[in-house]
Amino acid sequence: MNVIANEDGCGVLVVGASAAGLATAEALRRKGYRGGLTVLGAEPHLPYDRPPLSKQVLSGAWDPERAHLRPQAALSALDAEFVLADPAVGLDPAARTVHTASGRALRADAVVVATGLRPRTLPGQADLAGVHVLRTLDDALALRADLLASSRLVVVGEGVLGAEIAATAHGMGLEVTMAGPQPAPMTSQVGPLVAGLLAELHTERGVRLRLGAGVSRLSGHRGKVTGVCLDTGEVLPADVVVVAIGADPATGWLASSGLRTDNGLVCDSRCRAAEGIYAVGDVARWHHDRLGVSLRLENRTNAMEQADTVAANILGDDQPYRPVPYFWTDQFDARIQVHGVLPAGAEVTVTDGDLASRRFVALYRHDGRVTGVLGWNMPKQTRLRRQEVVDALPDLAPALR
Amino acid sequence: MKVTIDQDRCVASGQCVVAAAEVFDQRDEDGVAVLLNPDPPAEQAADVRHAAVVCPALAIHIEE
Repeated sequence: MNVIANEDGCGVLVVGASAAGLATAEALRRKGYRGGLTVLGAEPHLPYDRPPLSKQVLSGAWDPERAHLRPQAALSALDAEFVLADPAVGLDPAARTVHTASGRALRADAVVVATGLRPRTLPGQADLAGVHVLRTLDDALALRADLLASSRLVVVGEGVLGAEIAATAHGMGLEVTMAGPQPAPMTSQVGPLVAGLLAELHTERGVRLRLGAGVSRLSGHRGKVTGVCLDTGEVLPADVVVVAIGADPATGWLASSGLRTDNGLVCDSRCRAAEGIYAVGDVARWHHDRLGVSLRLENRTNAMEQADTVAANILGDDQPYRPVPYFWTDQFDARIQVHGVLPAGAEVTVTDGDLASRRFVALYRHDGRVTGVLGWNMPKQTRLRRQEVVDALPDLAPALR
Repeated sequence: MKVTIDQDRCVASGQCVVAAAEVFDQRDEDGVAVLLNPDPPAEQAADVRHAAVVCPALAIHIEE
């Protein structure tokens, strides 16, 4: 479709005002689109960046304003209407109309779904003070306020977010315990070898690990959390608890739309869910046609790259989206970067540096083929290995299935 | 085109070098981005704009 030529003049509606949504709006303008452009956001804030929330914003190293994705002047120059603090509650794909919580009905020639994720919670969590999730800026500030007034934090969740929060909170002077079912932090993301090094790092710095056991429930007294109960019967006492057990694509508002959702809004290789309906960022499950698999990526780089492809396709291009996945995490002095994918059971070979000095690059192979590269405090050397992942892209498919 | 990098924001992803290797490089020791040419020629402009777009730390600024 070509929205520039559309006589209705309704333009493009981007549902979601975070990295992916804003990047789509910016990419449309950069590519010459001059029509109507509306960005609808559930939160009251102008677009801000999420990766710093668990690090610089939580620690207080950055003022919240520094996490804004663009200064006000740049947003004004975008010539887009920002409709904030008004969550989308429904979509009529045929009429390309989005209904909002406040009762607005926004019609567009093209709708871009960029609603991101909703953090998972534990049963009973909502009834207890002192229990947090971390997804939004308000979440980060509320958690920070509670941490500043507390001494014992239990982080439920040993993934990227849980491990980052544990490291940051420890740096703020709290006594931190990390709980979760995996044997070591980020085992499912980076495999047992590197996860073991992360366990060593956290332990050495003073984070108490209580891993390898499920969390059965939260305990509380008079409406305030007092601890986390494990399957083993152990109770971890806490003044504050963060629940970082993953997140689900925010597609609940699409339930009556007739669009297919399956762990994300299901799209074709062009990131199109239906005629004139696209998805971008954490919420989008699309068909990576070079890999031959359906993928959904929860990372910052994907938000920007996918937005570029979606904007091009809205403007009449026909581009498949074929990224090389990339994510990074910072924990204590460790900067870990991953290009490609690291499947469970992969064979890991250190190619640069060494494990003992905590400066290394490791190649991950599945059935003898390179699928990804991980670097620990060797960013440049890691990136130099990226081409091996690119060259192996069509062979990645078996590792992803 | 005038390009600047905010090295304090840089997270050393190296995505800028992937996008425009003539204009960006990384420090060997910590991977922080360095500018090889703050005033790239017109034929590199599209790559540099792409580098700014894919930078996950929003650390690249361009004045056209």
